[in-house]
Amino acid sequence: MILALVLLPMLAGLVAFGLPTPVLRRGLLVGTALVHAMLTATFWKITPATALNGWLALDAAGLLFLSITSGLFFVASIYAAGYLGQEANRHNTDPEEGLLFDNAPEAVFIGCMLLFLAAMTLVTVSQHFGLIWVAIEGTTLASAPLIYYHRHHRSLEATWKYLLICSVGIALALLANFFLGVAAAHPDRESYPIVLSQLVAHAQDLQTPWLKVACLLFFVGYGTKMGLAPMHTWLPDAHSEAPSVVSALLSGAVLNCAFLGLLRMQQVCVAANLELFTRDVWIALGLVSLVVSAVFIIGQTDYKRLLAYSSVENMGIMAIGIGLGTVGAFGAMLHAVNHSLVKAMLFLLAGNIVARYQTKNILQVRGLLRAAPVTGVLWVAGFLAITGTPPFGPFMSKFTILKAALDGGHIWITTIFLAMLGVIFIGMTTAFLGMAQGEAEKLAVSASNRDRWWQIIPPAALGVLVLWLGLNVPAKLGDVLHQIASTLGGPS
Amino acid sequence: MIATNLILVLVVLTNLKLLGSSRIGSSIRVVAAQGVVLGLLPVVAHVHDLSLRFAVLAVGTVAIKGIVFPWFLFRAVREADVAREVEPYVGYVTSLLSGVVILAISFWMCMRLPMPETLASSWLAPVAIFSIFAGLFLIVSRKRALSQVLGFLVLENGVYTFGVGLAPQSSLLVEAGVLLDVFVAVFVMGITIFHINREFDHINTDQLNTLKD
Amino acid sequence: MNAASFIPLLLALVLSPLLLGVINRTKALFAGRRGPPLLQTYFDLWKLLQKGAVYSRTTTWLFRAGPMLGLAAVLVAATLVPLGNFPALIAFPADFFFFACLLGLMRFFTVLAALDTGSSFEGMGASREVFFSALAEPALLVALATLARQAQNLSLSGIFGQVSGSHWLQAGPVLALVLIALMIVLLAENARIPVDDPNTHLELTMIHEVMVLDHGGPDFAFILYGAALKLWVLAALVVGMIVPATGAPWLNLVLSMGGMFAVAIVVGVVESVMARLRLLLLPQLLVGAGALAAMAFLLGLNK
Repeated sequence: MILALVLLPMLAGLVAFGLPTPVLRRGLLVGTALVHAMLTATFWKITPATALNGWLALDAAGLLFLSITSGLFFVASIYAAGYLGQEANRHNTDPEEGLLFDNAPEAVFIGCMLLFLAAMTLVTVSQHFGLIWVAIEGTTLASAPLIYYHRHHRSLEATWKYLLICSVGIALALLANFFLGVAAAHPDRESYPIVLSQLVAHAQDLQTPWLKVACLLFFVGYGTKMGLAPMHTWLPDAHSEAPSVVSALLSGAVLNCAFLGLLRMQQVCVAANLELFTRDVWIALGLVSLVVSAVFIIGQTDYKRLLAYSSVENMGIMAIGIGLGTVGAFGAMLHAVNHSLVKAMLFLLAGNIVARYQTKNILQVRGLLRAAPVTGVLWVAGFLAITGTPPFGPFMSKFTILKAALDGGHIWITTIFLAMLGVIFIGMTTAFLGMAQGEAEKLAVSASNRDRWWQIIPPAALGVLVLWLGLNVPAKLGDVLHQIASTLGGPS
Repeated sequence: MIATNLILVLVVLTNLKLLGSSRIGSSIRVVAAQGVVLGLLPVVAHVHDLSLRFAVLAVGTVAIKGIVFPWFLFRAVREADVAREVEPYVGYVTSLLSGVVILAISFWMCMRLPMPETLASSWLAPVAIFSIFAGLFLIVSRKRALSQVLGFLVLENGVYTFGVGLAPQSSLLVEAGVLLDVFVAVFVMGITIFHINREFDHINTDQLNTLKD
Repeated sequence: MNAASFIPLLLALVLSPLLLGVINRTKALFAGRRGPPLLQTYFDLWKLLQKGAVYSRTTTWLFRAGPMLGLAAVLVAATLVPLGNFPALIAFPADFFFFACLLGLMRFFTVLAALDTGSSFEGMGASREVFFSALAEPALLVALATLARQAQNLSLSGIFGQVSGSHWLQAGPVLALVLIALMIVLLAENARIPVDDPNTHLELTMIHEVMVLDHGGPDFAFILYGAALKLWVLAALVVGMIVPATGAPWLNLVLSMGGMFAVAIVVGVVESVMARLRLLLLPQLLVGAGALAAMAFLLGLNK
């Protein structure tokens, strides 16, 4: 069953390269996404059997991230199908510099999207650290052509930076894998395979110096992919130059996959009594990410870059949560869910705005509430959600992390956390509200003045979900979150 | 052990040559030679418990790193019409001296970590770490995109050296996965370089600076 | 200090000009000529000693003393170097460092004499020579330090008295790297191609030749003899690494002398097949030699 979950998108992706008509291709995309989502939904009821001798198994953390990925991909695929239809008809002029450009062939786009889904699925279901690594590298390679969809020099520059920085980071993570293998080895006995369950079970036997170095390298390697500062430098460029639906997936799903890789490492460290060691690194990286993102959000002129830096900020918040023990870990997991939903919604809405106003500059977008009412309302709702305003979901998760910090007596962390959140709130308010309100001077080039259904329904669905999560966390979800947090926690 | 040591010395020599060389064509050949030499390492290092797995891995690595990569990279060189590196951020003599310093640091670092007993040679870990740092140095200090790809290959070679020597328990699936990933990574990077050349008419990454805050 | 330790010194004094003859003969044979006789250098020395010398009015006593002091330095260096199984005349711990310093001293006096003429031509040559020697000296010192560590002995006689076949088997790569580094240093210190062309007298390409351009007569004889001795002692270091020091002493001596001439032939071959490197690339070559020596040192540390 699990194998089917991984192989289905992979095969579909390979097939998509060869399909002749756009309708067939887009149908394949949405169809595969639907089947994938339905399979994932059944896994909530019935736990599937393990595959590949225990290398592929679905535990609590895997299930959570798989659901996020699958759900997000399904919603994004509907948007993408409509988006590709729109892009095929348009005359391609770059809004910022007025140059003409091509788009990548649609077959490449859809094929890479499906392979991207396959790689992300593999990350969530792997229990073997080596396989996790292969899958994360796979997500990098599958998403690079997606970033280069609009073929002009800026997106090319973003693609090159993305490729090189993420590949270097992931190469260091490979070294970390080998170090982990050495930590699991021992002259007297058979060395353990680097499968999560085995490592957790025999955690006391692992050689500590090698494990520590492996942890640090994992932080650098997977942290690069996750977007923690100071390794985040590829993020703003890649997320702002990619088409919005790809940005939504990158922010909402891939960052989480890298986070999952780090969580697996944390689970081993907790079992090996190294939480005190990793806690400091988590919190340090989290705080640096918060500060860096706050600095760059103030005065930002490009709203997609703004959203990208907001992703860095939220990754930082999640990192701080993990560093704060069990309660904080619960908050971080909840935040992972909330952030993915909200960020994906915001990026899809940003896609609507780009299509309508033909610019990415915040100062040139005005009167969104009047020009496109649904998008405008959702945009403001998304802004409120992402900054942590009740009753939306992220409020609960940030509050939980803050509570964990205060309960643990970390006054400095709390102060910096709140101060940076305040700065980010100010920065985002001026941007978002400025875009939403006012007179609509510059109007769309698109034929109709109303948003299409595929532009409205996906973000609206995500928004409703976030609102619902903010009001009430369902019991099943709460159980899964608690389960994960208990394996990650340390001293609170 | 002698053969392993010989291979490791060749790896260090190739790294030093890369640090000091400005010609891209010869650098590609040197990286290919390094890949071939390292492809033979698993067979040589585990000559006592030779198995099909090691042989397959060796053949695959030699084929990909020794034949496919140079062919592909030389195509990119012809397309981009570059023969030499432009003035790098760190000069060649300084790079060479830095390489020696990095080698010293790697040896020092490995004296502090407890080495497993099953090591094929005591030089394996320092040389692997040296390759990693040398690869990072190349990526950071060179301006041409092709040189950065070569630096990435050296980095991966270093990680691979480490894997072969210290973690022989990783299975064929993972190692094949690693090889496949490196192959696809170089492939995608090469295609991107091709596009960069077509778009910008050069492949100097220091001029890719439009996107900033 | 027994009678046997005079033998390396005597051989050096007598046979070193022959090395230059061998090099020139090899180059000539490569070029298809018959070449000068092997003993040509001796005839040159004899001729020069008979001549008078002309001294410029701008020079001082330094100019006259330079060649003599240089020769004195390299003569002392020659007493430090063993050959075959015979220990050197003078041996004490860390004498390899003293050896490198003596070579430096010889170069120092030559440079002083050149600067003393007050001509910019010599100044240019002196600056080039000093620059390249500054790059080559670390290579020499690190290479000798590596050998000292391998042999666990701090004296040149001790080091080369211990090298044997088993050393090569155990630490082959380390010794091979040291050998390559020493060969490059030999080429650099003796102003041979690919570092410097001994036959050129073009202003833009001369390095070592410039400095000795103004000397004539006996001074030039001293310089020529000093160059021959320098080649001999550096070649002795190289040969000492290759020829194992075990076995019958006289057999070793014969093999070592054969090795010296082999080194001279190798230098001649290198001079014939390569062109001189561009001046801009010479630092890379010399730093490369230093890097090889450092690499050998680091690899040798971990044993």
